[in-house]
Amino acid sequence: MGSTSAANHGSEGVGRRDLIKRSAALGLFSVPAVGFLSACASSGGGGQSKDKTGKKTAKNPLGVNETAKMEFVLFDGGFGKEYAQDAVKIYEKDFPKATVKFSATQKIQSTLQPRFNQGTPPDLIDNSGAEQMDMGVLVGKNQLADLTPLFDAPSYDDPNKKVRDTLRPGIVEMGQFDGNPIWIMYYAYTVYGVWYSQKALDSLDAEYPQTWDQMIAVCEKAKKKGMAGWTYAGKYPYYIPFSLYPMIGKVGGVEVLNAIDNLEPNAWKHPAVKACFEAYYELYKKGYILQGTPGLDHIQSQTAWAQGKALFIPNGSWVENESANVIPSDFNLAVSAPTGIDKNDKMPFGTIWASGGEPFIVPAKAANAPGGMEQLRIMLSEASSKNFTSKVKSLTAYNGGTDGITLTPGLTSGVAALKLAGSNVVNPRMQDWYVQLQKEKIGVAGLGEMMAGRLTPAETIQKIQGFADEAAKDTSIKHYKHQ
Amino acid sequence: MQHGKYRFIVGFLALPLGLYALFVVWPFVQSIYYSFTDWTGLSPEFKMVGLDNYKRMLHDDIFWKSLQHSLMFAVVLPLVTISLALFFAFMINVGGRRRKGGPVITGVRGSSFYKIVYFFPQVLSIAIVSLLFAFAYNPDSGAINSLLRGIGLDHVQPLWLGDPSLALWCVMAVLVWSTVGFFVVLFSAGMASIPADLYEAALLDGAGRAATFFRITLPLLWDTVQSGWVYMGILALGAESFAVVQIMTTGPGGPDYSTTVMVLYVYQKAFRDGQAAYATTIGVALLVVTLAFAAIVMRLGRRERLEY
Repeated sequence: MGSTSAANHGSEGVGRRDLIKRSAALGLFSVPAVGFLSACASSGGGGQSKDKTGKKTAKNPLGVNETAKMEFVLFDGGFGKEYAQDAVKIYEKDFPKATVKFSATQKIQSTLQPRFNQGTPPDLIDNSGAEQMDMGVLVGKNQLADLTPLFDAPSYDDPNKKVRDTLRPGIVEMGQFDGNPIWIMYYAYTVYGVWYSQKALDSLDAEYPQTWDQMIAVCEKAKKKGMAGWTYAGKYPYYIPFSLYPMIGKVGGVEVLNAIDNLEPNAWKHPAVKACFEAYYELYKKGYILQGTPGLDHIQSQTAWAQGKALFIPNGSWVENESANVIPSDFNLAVSAPTGIDKNDKMPFGTIWASGGEPFIVPAKAANAPGGMEQLRIMLSEASSKNFTSKVKSLTAYNGGTDGITLTPGLTSGVAALKLAGSNVVNPRMQDWYVQLQKEKIGVAGLGEMMAGRLTPAETIQKIQGFADEAAKDTSIKHYKHQ
Repeated sequence: MQHGKYRFIVGFLALPLGLYALFVVWPFVQSIYYSFTDWTGLSPEFKMVGLDNYKRMLHDDIFWKSLQHSLMFAVVLPLVTISLALFFAFMINVGGRRRKGGPVITGVRGSSFYKIVYFFPQVLSIAIVSLLFAFAYNPDSGAINSLLRGIGLDHVQPLWLGDPSLALWCVMAVLVWSTVGFFVVLFSAGMASIPADLYEAALLDGAGRAATFFRITLPLLWDTVQSGWVYMGILALGAESFAVVQIMTTGPGGPDYSTTVMVLYVYQKAFRDGQAAYATTIGVALLVVTLAFAAIVMRLGRRERLEY
C-alpha cells in the first residue's frame, strides 16, 4: 500500500493479470477437493505373484506354505489389537518358518486403497471402522477371495467338525452377497435391541414390556417419575432400526424384512411396517422421548440414558464398552428383544436382531491367501474366541466360548437374549448392502424426521418407499437379494 | 546484461513450476479425466462412460441441494464475516473517543486486548472448534440451552443442529466465529497504513464515525477487503465447510439434507459409496463454482485504485 510502488500499476484496479493470478491461487486452495482423489491414481501394474501353496495335511488343512510370509492388517478400533496379536502368536507357533507382518491402523482405506489399486494387497484385512472400504464394490470388482475353503475346513479344535458348523446363526449368510461364495468372515457377534438399566426398571416396579400397550404403560410410569421413556442417537437416526427392524420382523414375519432388503415395490407399505412406525410415532406424540433427543449424537444420547434421564435406547452390544465410563456400576445393564404390538404378531417375543461385526476379508490378489484363511481358522478356535470375549467384552462368531469366563452384565444379558431367541434371529441387510439408503435416506431423512415429529408415519413410509424405489432403479449401485 | 536473462529466469522458475504442474495441474487433469469413467476408487479397473456421470449429476437432487447450500455459504459467509471484521477492526483502530493527551486517532478502550481475543479462535484447529460447538449446541445439556434455562427461558429450547430450519445457520455461525478474528487482524494491519492526517482532516470537517468509515477507511481498504472476500469464499466452499459439516451435523449432512455441501458430497461419494468417478464429477462442478465465484468477486469489486 505504499504510495510509490503502486504508482505505475495503472488505475484499472484489479487488472486481468491480477484476476488470472488470483484465480490460480484460488485453484491452489480448491485443488485438494478435486485432486486428492487422484492421489490413488490407478496406474498399477500386474500386481504381485502368488506364493506356492503347501501340502494339505490334517494339521494344515488349507495347505499353507510353511515358509511364506503372511501379512495381516487389523482395524485398530474399539476392540483394540491385543486379541489379534495373540492369534498371530499362535500362527507363528504353528508355522515357525513363516514370518508374519502384523500392523494395526484406523486408516484402513487410506492405507489399503492404493495397494488394491496396485494389485498388492495384504493377505488378511479387518475391513472395519469409519474408513471401511465398500464391500459391495470390492465384491463387484472381484477383489476378494472366496472363503469357502475356510468354512469347509475342519475346525481348529475338532477335526470332525467343519468351521461353518461351529459358528453362530447368520454368520455364513452375511458373508455372501449373491450366490454361494463367502466373501467376508464376520468375527465379532453383535446383539441389537433395546438396552436399559434393570435397576431403573425395577425402581418403576415394572418388567420389560412385551406388547406395545405395556410399553406405553411403562413409559407413562417413567414419565410420572420425571424420566423419559426413550432416547436415541438423534444425529444418527439409523440407530433406530436396531430395535425397529426386528420389531417389524416380529410383527409381520421375516418375509417383510426380506422384501425390504430386496427393494421390492411397496415393501414398506406392508401393514406390519405401518403398525410399527405408528407405534414409534406414538412415543413422540405422547412425549415419551427425551427432550432434545434429535440434537444428540450417539455418545450424548447414551450418556443421557446412562444418567437415568431416559429408560430405553435402541443400540448394539458395543454400547457397554463404548459408554463404560458413564454407566454407573449398579446400572445393571440389560438388553431385550424388541417389544411387539400384541399377541397376533407373527413371531414370538424374543425375536431379535443379531449379526456379525468386524468383517475380515482375504483379497483375491493376496500373495498368501491360504495363510490369511489359516489365521482366521486359528481365531475361530474356542481358546481365541474366549480370549476375545474376556478382553473386549464382545461375543465372537464362534458359537459358545462363554463358559468359564466371567461375563459383564450386558454380555450376560445378551447371551440370555440369544438363548431366548433360539432360531428366531433376524438379520436385516440394509446397512451392509445399501449404506447410503440405510443411513442417509431411511435413517436421517425418514426415521429421523418422523421421530422428531416433522413427518407423520404415513408421510415417512411414502418418502422411504420413494427412496427405496429410486435405489432399486439406480444402476450405479449393485443390487442384492436374500437367498 | 540482457544476454541470458531468460535462461536465468527459467532456471529459477523451473522447479516451482514443475512442482505446481505435478501437484496442482496434473491432479486437475486427472480428476477431469476420471469424471468420464466409472472408476470405483477400489480397484484398478475402469472404463470410459462418456458424459454419463454429468447426466446423472444433473438429475441428482442431493447434488442440487448441496450446490444450493455451497452457494449460500459462499455468499452469506463472506458478507457476514467481513462486515463484522470491518466493524471490529474499525472500532479497534479508529473508532475510539478522543482521550486527553492521547493521539487523535485511536481505538476504543482496551482495544489491544480485544485484538488478541478476536484472534484466539484462529489458533484452534477447525476440528476442535466444531467439536466444541457440537457440545454447546447439545439440546439436552449443552451450554446454549443451559444458559437459556438459566435465565428462565425453559420453554425456548431449540434443537439447534437437530432442526432442519436452524442447522445450516448453526454451522455458519461457527465458521463466522472461527474466522472473523483473522480478518480483524488483516484489516487492522490495512488500517494502520492509512495516514492519520486523512482522518484528522475529516474530523476537522466534522465527520462522525460512520462517515469516516464509509468515506475514508473503506475506500482505502478496498483491495484488502476484496482479497479477504475471495479467501473467505474459498473457505466457505472448501475444506473448512467440509470439516464443520462432517463433524457437527446430523447424519452428517442432515437433518433431511439441510446442511449437505458439495465437498461433503464429494467425500461421501468417493469414500463411503465407492463411486470415485462420480465424486470427481461433483469435484469438477465445485471447481467451476469456485472459479465463477472468484471471477464475479473480481468483476464486481473493480473500481479505481486510490493513491495516498
